[in-house]
Amino acid sequence: MTTQALFGQLLIGLINGAFYALLSLGLAVIFGLLNIINFAHGALYMMGAFVAYFLLQWAGLGYWWALLVAPIVVALVGTVLERTMLRWLYHLDHLYGLLLTFGIALVIEGLFRNEFGSSGLPYSIPDALRGSYNLGFMFLPTYRAWVVVFSLVVCLTTWYVIERTRLGAYLRAATENPTLVQAFGINVPRMITLTYGFGVGLAALAGVLAAPIYQVNPLMGANMIIVVFAVVVIGGMGSIMGSIVTGFALGIVEGLTKVFYPEASSTVIFVIMALVLFVRPAGLFGRTA
Amino acid sequence: MTIVRALALVLVAGLAAAPSALAQISDGIIKIGILNDQSSLYADLGGAGSVVAARMAVEDFGADKKGLKVEFVSADHQNKADVGSQIARQWYDTDKVDVIVDVPNSGVALALTQITKEKGKAMLVSGAATADLTGKACTPNTIHWTYDTWALANGTGNAVVKTGGDTWFFLTSDYAFGHALERDVEAVVLKNGAKVLGKVRHPLNTQDFSSFLLQTQASKAKIIGLANAGGDTTNAIKQGAEFGIVKGGQNFAGLLVFLTDVHALGLPTAQGLIFTETFYWDANEQTRAFAKRFAPRDRGIHPTMVHAGVYAAVTHYLKAVEALKSDDGTKVIAKMKEMPTDDPLFGKGTVRADGRKVHPAYLFEVKKPNESKGPWDYYNLRATIPTEQAFRPLDQGDCPLVKK
Repeated sequence: MTTQALFGQLLIGLINGAFYALLSLGLAVIFGLLNIINFAHGALYMMGAFVAYFLLQWAGLGYWWALLVAPIVVALVGTVLERTMLRWLYHLDHLYGLLLTFGIALVIEGLFRNEFGSSGLPYSIPDALRGSYNLGFMFLPTYRAWVVVFSLVVCLTTWYVIERTRLGAYLRAATENPTLVQAFGINVPRMITLTYGFGVGLAALAGVLAAPIYQVNPLMGANMIIVVFAVVVIGGMGSIMGSIVTGFALGIVEGLTKVFYPEASSTVIFVIMALVLFVRPAGLFGRTA
Repeated sequence: MTIVRALALVLVAGLAAAPSALAQISDGIIKIGILNDQSSLYADLGGAGSVVAARMAVEDFGADKKGLKVEFVSADHQNKADVGSQIARQWYDTDKVDVIVDVPNSGVALALTQITKEKGKAMLVSGAATADLTGKACTPNTIHWTYDTWALANGTGNAVVKTGGDTWFFLTSDYAFGHALERDVEAVVLKNGAKVLGKVRHPLNTQDFSSFLLQTQASKAKIIGLANAGGDTTNAIKQGAEFGIVKGGQNFAGLLVFLTDVHALGLPTAQGLIFTETFYWDANEQTRAFAKRFAPRDRGIHPTMVHAGVYAAVTHYLKAVEALKSDDGTKVIAKMKEMPTDDPLFGKGTVRADGRKVHPAYLFEVKKPNESKGPWDYYNLRATIPTEQAFRPLDQGDCPLVKK
């Protein structure tokens, strides 16, 4: 394995890590702030990709519009879910939220699979992002470079908003002590709904990013969600920065495994998860509740 | 005799005259179980469509008019051998299923072929690929219908090497099917004097091939042999386009490609792919007529060779049961090997002693977008491989049923 080839694999790992980071960010936001284990995240990611496909097929709106519109559409769906179903479970054990969102995920995926089959639908890379850069040690597709940059920007902006701005402070306070915050005149239920919508919007954004490179496929969420959960658990369930860092790091680890022992590439993240849980049960960056 | 007694006597006489053809069919019903992948990467090439194909076979056979009662069950084996085995055992033991049909995923098929032999039932494989089903794993209770890895290797492997593909790199799905296909194609490639520069194995149902594609690029092999199927093949080809594999001078050889894969890829990406199949819906009037009836019942999907295989196998099975007046698995399979086959989809053919159904194979090339007149009009026929050459010779399979 030459150093050149190794660099290439590391870069690929970084790109995959960007997806994991973006998806686990949405999950971490939802769990950290709302205490909901959102198993529907994968299905909503898939819906984001499908909305992008529909926008192209039915409205002729291309990729750049989809980046804006799809997260909003799916976030609206998310807020409806939250208002009608999730809000009854906040005072209960985490597991109820998990069961409900898992059921929602199965229903959504089943409906899409029934309608669209499992082979996937084509969605092409936008013209502005076609082609590749010749880096010497590998050809880096322009689109993949865009994915890394865009994900990094979104992740860091989200972290900044939640941890460093007043809005974020209200959000964090509202989940720690909703009654007190409500007494201050802040509309807590609305904040919670908006937060869930935001987390869902992040998932849908990842879906639109994924559409040109993976198949737009009802199964795409189911394949991702388990790995993303492992990433969030390793990073620490409530930690925003934890999920971002872990997402990128694990993408690289998975990339290296694909080079040295590819048959294990789908299990290495879970092995790491098991090891981390032995040593630090709250995750690498998590705070013990 | 009173009227009541007379009536009772007539009634009993009428019942006694019931068709005795059913006397030897277990509990009077022929129960067909369709077991395949209904929710994952192989769901479109078989899945619900195989159930449709089986139903059409029973309807076209006229089972009702002949007094044969046929029932269906179907299940999703999720590409897991343990799930498939558990369903098969329950079907055979408790649910009185007589024959299991389709069974894509070679790992599941290999597990089930042993169980079927144990229970003395019958299995008609259409979806699975491994040539071992009629080789060292052959049993008197299984018929392998549509295609197998040897036929694919012989068709595609030979054709690609002859067009100048003299260095190969394999991208293989890491389970029984991938290993079998890689082994068979490698043998053909080496026999033709070409070289294999390397191999990499990927887990079944991989989403992201970027890392593996990088390795195939580094090898600089002219041909990248895709020893995988369904979603894995389409993902690899799609992402290969992104990484400029073809622009860089390498070519993909799709070793197992179905009509539904080409549909998912779209012609701009799939054009020029060359592969071997044993059925195409647009081949002749009869196949077209079948496709016209099939498509509305399967969400517009046109029949793949797996669907056609299910139809043909069930048709031949029913003919054998009718002739034997019994649905005992081992006996029906033996009868199916005795009787020549004839159906509108594969034409005339035979089932060999090792359980291999033989028919011609075809080399297809995917049309360019401007050559296609509409959806599902995707293939040009490049060559026909006659029956005698299409499948592995009977004496080379190490099947214990074949007398040397």
